[in-house]
Amino acid sequence: MTPDFIYTCAGSGLVGLALYRLATCSDMLLRVLSLNVLGAGIAVLFLALARDAGMTDAVPQAFVLTGIVVLVGVTGALLALAERIDGPHDE
Amino acid sequence: MSDISLLVLLPLLAALGAAAMPRHSAIWGLAATVLTAILAMWLALELLQDGAREVAIGGWAAPLGIVLVADGLAVLMLLMTSGVGIAMAIQATSWGVWPSSCTSKKAAALRSGFWPLWLATLGALNVLFLSGDLFNIYVAFEILGLTAVGLTALSGTPNALRAAFDYLSAGLAGSLLLLLGIALAYGVIGRVDLAAVPMLAETVAGRMALSLFVAGLAVKAALFPLHFWMPAAHSSAAPVASALLSALVVKGALYVILRISIEGGAGMETLRFALAGMGAAAMLWGAWGALRASRLKLLVAQSTVAQIGLIAMAIGVSGDGLMQNGLWHAAALLMLSHALAKAAMFVAVGRIAEELGHDRISGLNRKELRPGAAEFAFAIASVSLIGLPPTAGFIGKWILIEGLIVQNAWIWVALILIGTALSAAYLSRVVSRCLRGGPHIAKGAHHPPWRAGDVVALGLATSALLLGLASAFPLTLLEITVK
Repeated sequence: MTPDFIYTCAGSGLVGLALYRLATCSDMLLRVLSLNVLGAGIAVLFLALARDAGMTDAVPQAFVLTGIVVLVGVTGALLALAERIDGPHDE
Repeated sequence: MSDISLLVLLPLLAALGAAAMPRHSAIWGLAATVLTAILAMWLALELLQDGAREVAIGGWAAPLGIVLVADGLAVLMLLMTSGVGIAMAIQATSWGVWPSSCTSKKAAALRSGFWPLWLATLGALNVLFLSGDLFNIYVAFEILGLTAVGLTALSGTPNALRAAFDYLSAGLAGSLLLLLGIALAYGVIGRVDLAAVPMLAETVAGRMALSLFVAGLAVKAALFPLHFWMPAAHSSAAPVASALLSALVVKGALYVILRISIEGGAGMETLRFALAGMGAAAMLWGAWGALRASRLKLLVAQSTVAQIGLIAMAIGVSGDGLMQNGLWHAAALLMLSHALAKAAMFVAVGRIAEELGHDRISGLNRKELRPGAAEFAFAIASVSLIGLPPTAGFIGKWILIEGLIVQNAWIWVALILIGTALSAAYLSRVVSRCLRGGPHIAKGAHHPPWRAGDVVALGLATSALLLGLASAFPLTLLEITVK
């Protein structure tokens, strides 16, 4: 059980769980959450791949950081939309 | 600062300007759209003289830095975006250029929301077409996804909001697949620029990375069976937004698929076959949906599913750029003609619905209203989508079928012909009802008045028609490659 193996398994497991939830669930909040889990899984996979190089590689970390920023922004937009959908309508 | 990076910077800065100064947002929007179009045309002229060019931003070369590449295909897409963009900008001025000229509170809200979103969409599309590496493409898709969802939700109706939520969550899942593909690609070869795609296609892990990337793109391009979010999103948005989404935003993803397929070399053969198969299925499925649709906007949105299928099939059967069979030129031409015709169609449908007060297909025959310019524009756009001469759609299908006959690929020829017949069938559901005359029209029936939408729809439809006669220009442009 090397750390590389654990990271890769954890990442793939998170991605699989999230995709399953996303495909089977219709509740809006759960879908937003599973998208976030998917993002976390991909980040873990990214970092596991970066560890293979032996020393720390900055490029994947920059990718993951960009991904996290994007995910936060999109989650905000999704939650705002969900609130509008459930909230009162003018028409 | 060169003119290429200006194409990206100008719309994004203008989007900030339009958001910061809502009173003058329409002025920002019109000025930036026209300036971007002038820059794109200038770039095209330079390309015709000096050939393709690359710019490394900040002097950082690939694979580490960000490189913008302008070749014939990219510039053709830029011109397409600018052309449709100018038409939509003219259409959007009908909400009022100044806050005081807005006719209603709803128009004022639409006006202040539209311009920043459109300018950011324009900037994101320009980044996408010029990007030279996969990660930059991912970032462009994120901007594009957010602004496209904003455009979907613009009308604010419950249907539009729900469609926007589905669109954004599907789009986010798609972009996370892109990111996963990039992660694997980086793990395999340690580079993410487009020039490294052939190296990726040689290894199993690299092909997996490419498959994930293309799967993410297929979600964004609404390619069957990943199109589930699209008909609702495109049919519930405001007409201008639907036109932009259907004509331009899905083209962004198709463009990247085409680019990867051209660069990918022989290692992509299986993936290309899958694309062609999905495209053929999309053509049939979309046509079935369009034949059954009861509302006009839904019919047009379903026809987008079918047309995307045709384009994906053209990409799939065209092979890599080294094969020199020129079939991918057909895919590019089909994208171009679909953009013009579909934008015209959505604007025309918007106008028809405005005059009739509804957009049910069964209610298109009305005694007291004669057909107007919008119906005429819809008919011309239909001619282009079906692919009758002399439109650009015809030239694209001609090149495609000719190339396939040379290769003896009769199954694909048959599928294209079936798709064409089906598109003629579902579009004639509308066109035949618009050809109303004779006894059931009342004596005092009036023509609908002219609006900006009629002019825009007619202009776009006519340009789709004329593009077929002038198709030498896009084909010359497509010959310009980096190598």
